[in-house]
Amino acid sequence: MKSFRLLAEELKSCGQVFVATLREIFDESAYARFLSERQLASSRAAYASFRREYEVTKARRPRCC
Amino acid sequence: MPKTLCILVWIAVALLGALALATVALHRGEQINAMWLVVAAACSYALGYRFYSKFIAAKLLTLDALRATPAERLENGRDFVPTNKWVVFGHHFAAIAGPGPLVGPVLAAQFGYLPGTLWILAGAVFGGCVQDFVILLFSVRRDGKSLTEMARDEIGRLGGLVAYVAVISIIVILLAVCALVVVNALKASPWGTFTIAMTIPIALLMGVYLRTMRPGKVLETSALGFALVMLAIWGGQWISQTESVARWFTFSGPALAILIIIYGFAASALPVWLLLAPRDYLSTFVKLGTITLLALGIVALRPTLHMPPLTRFIDGSGPVFAGNVFPFAFITIACGAISGFHALISSGTTPKLIRRETEARMVGYGAMLAESMVAIMAMIAACVLQPGIYFAINSPAGIVGQAPEAAAATISNWGFPITAAEMYTLAQSVGEQTLYNRTGGAPAFAVGMAHIFSNSLGGQALMAIWYHFAIMFEALFILTVLDAGTRVGRFMVQDALGHIWKPMGRTSWYPSILATSALIVAGWGYFLWQGVKDPLGGINSLWPLFGIANQLLATVALCVATTIVIKMGKVRYTTVTLGPLLWLVAVTYTASWHKVFDPNPRIGFLSHAMQVAAGPAANVRLIFNDRLDAVVTGALIVMVTLILIESAVEWVRVLSGKKQARVKESPFVATRFAEEQG
Repeated sequence: MKSFRLLAEELKSCGQVFVATLREIFDESAYARFLSERQLASSRAAYASFRREYEVTKARRPRCC
Repeated sequence: MPKTLCILVWIAVALLGALALATVALHRGEQINAMWLVVAAACSYALGYRFYSKFIAAKLLTLDALRATPAERLENGRDFVPTNKWVVFGHHFAAIAGPGPLVGPVLAAQFGYLPGTLWILAGAVFGGCVQDFVILLFSVRRDGKSLTEMARDEIGRLGGLVAYVAVISIIVILLAVCALVVVNALKASPWGTFTIAMTIPIALLMGVYLRTMRPGKVLETSALGFALVMLAIWGGQWISQTESVARWFTFSGPALAILIIIYGFAASALPVWLLLAPRDYLSTFVKLGTITLLALGIVALRPTLHMPPLTRFIDGSGPVFAGNVFPFAFITIACGAISGFHALISSGTTPKLIRRETEARMVGYGAMLAESMVAIMAMIAACVLQPGIYFAINSPAGIVGQAPEAAAATISNWGFPITAAEMYTLAQSVGEQTLYNRTGGAPAFAVGMAHIFSNSLGGQALMAIWYHFAIMFEALFILTVLDAGTRVGRFMVQDALGHIWKPMGRTSWYPSILATSALIVAGWGYFLWQGVKDPLGGINSLWPLFGIANQLLATVALCVATTIVIKMGKVRYTTVTLGPLLWLVAVTYTASWHKVFDPNPRIGFLSHAMQVAAGPAANVRLIFNDRLDAVVTGALIVMVTLILIESAVEWVRVLSGKKQARVKESPFVATRFAEEQG
């Protein structure tokens, strides 16, 4: 029973890392950091402002061959 | 795990790897199962990671778990963010995984599966992973500096300038080749063209949805976009079967080239949020999902490789591209083994996310191993095809002829039996009119992938859907490379022109945006046009050019790395970076020499120009293109020779004591993450 619980916790932790990875790749974490830094709630204006700030950095990133 | 057990496990891994490699290398005259390649790769990667990367980390780089990284010291919540190592690994892998490891191995399969597979394994473990790892760590120790900045600081101003010009050149050639692969995959294919065309309004819709309806919900939006793309693939069959509608989506190579050039310009000039960002998200979503699916498909199906280990084309007479196995197999594989472009990523976003120095090993070395595994999967996808089918798809009309019967007869005469009827049936099963002369690697990969998928899921009934899914997957992320690359190139040109005339450096000034976008698009557009008009299919000349440029960029990266290693006083470990550097010099210089001066007109640009000039209808444009390609190859070699000389001078000065060995690292600051495990 104990090992089953440990396994479940391990799986849960893997799942959390997987979701965190996807959120980082898809810029959701960057947006969350942006909101928390400026103490804003998510909104059209906040997202537009995030994109404006983030756009140049994002667009300068090369995509690999 | 007890030490004895640990040793036994690693001995078992080594023995299994040796057995798999021996099976891959020594079997002749009978077909082998693809799982041998997978096992050989998995064992080689495990051993490389456990022992070689650990050796590099401990002896050469002396990773310091107590030293704060720039992500910690300069944390700003935007660029510099200490991030979980698995998250950085995924992020880095998503950034380095591109079309190269898919297309390169498919093209190199013309030599048989053996040369390409061996190079993918050895090249990655001893070359590509090492380059990515050391450049990442050196960038981490320099506040996330880029490759060009490190080249300037550690080698000299010339090194920095050469690295900059090399990056621009490789971007232009890369984009042209990428576009050519897409053109060859979509020409005369209404289904494929419709699906890809639909990704543009889908991306625009995603952009608007993301901005106005669900701000910040990128994963949700990408999933929605993916569902719409799947719908477009499904609907594509109706388009291809309805003659009046199919006409609207049936294009020749030149027409598609013009459309892609217009698209590239628009994507570079439009706001990022509207097209580029959502397409990027959609492409990443599809890319990660499909690579995972392909890996599962190969393991589930365990297909047999029909391609022999070596073909007669190792002598240089290959129809896919001309040239001997050395050096052309190596520059063709490119990204699956070692990619200079990765050095840009390893000295770009990733070093700013690494939380602890010790994690650079897993991210830098480990992610490249994953990329190399993708290349092995691409090799498998190409080699599960009957060789006759593989050569029919990948050979240009200029080699095998236009008529199906003539092409089938030529290929059968090479010892790879195929009939026109078989090719017709295959084309019908994937919903195409013909599969002949679809050079570029993407269609062959798509047929192989559809074969694997349809045998694992859905059977032959879904072959056409899987084929077009694979084409959509490749074209979508190649086009993402195209639009992102055009924009990156545009910024680089703007930065450079800004030194001459300030307004041109303003990235938001529209005249500058339009002028620099046009300049970059004209650069790759010209090579693309040259490729679609080439009677030998374009890939024969452009892919080696791309391979040479890419490997030369890796040469620049390894020059920087070796210089830093020498300055660190680690001369006895210089072979770690100097070994792959010398190999790359041998490969790229030999390949460049052949591409420029080889007397065989199918290989040498100059001899081809002379052959065309001596022919009955001398085509001035073709002659000019050949000479241009020769000049570009020569210019790349001259640039890299300059950086090699400047590096060698620096090494001699440091080693002879004429110059004090001093690396330009950021000062040591203790990390607050020291207590953490790992």
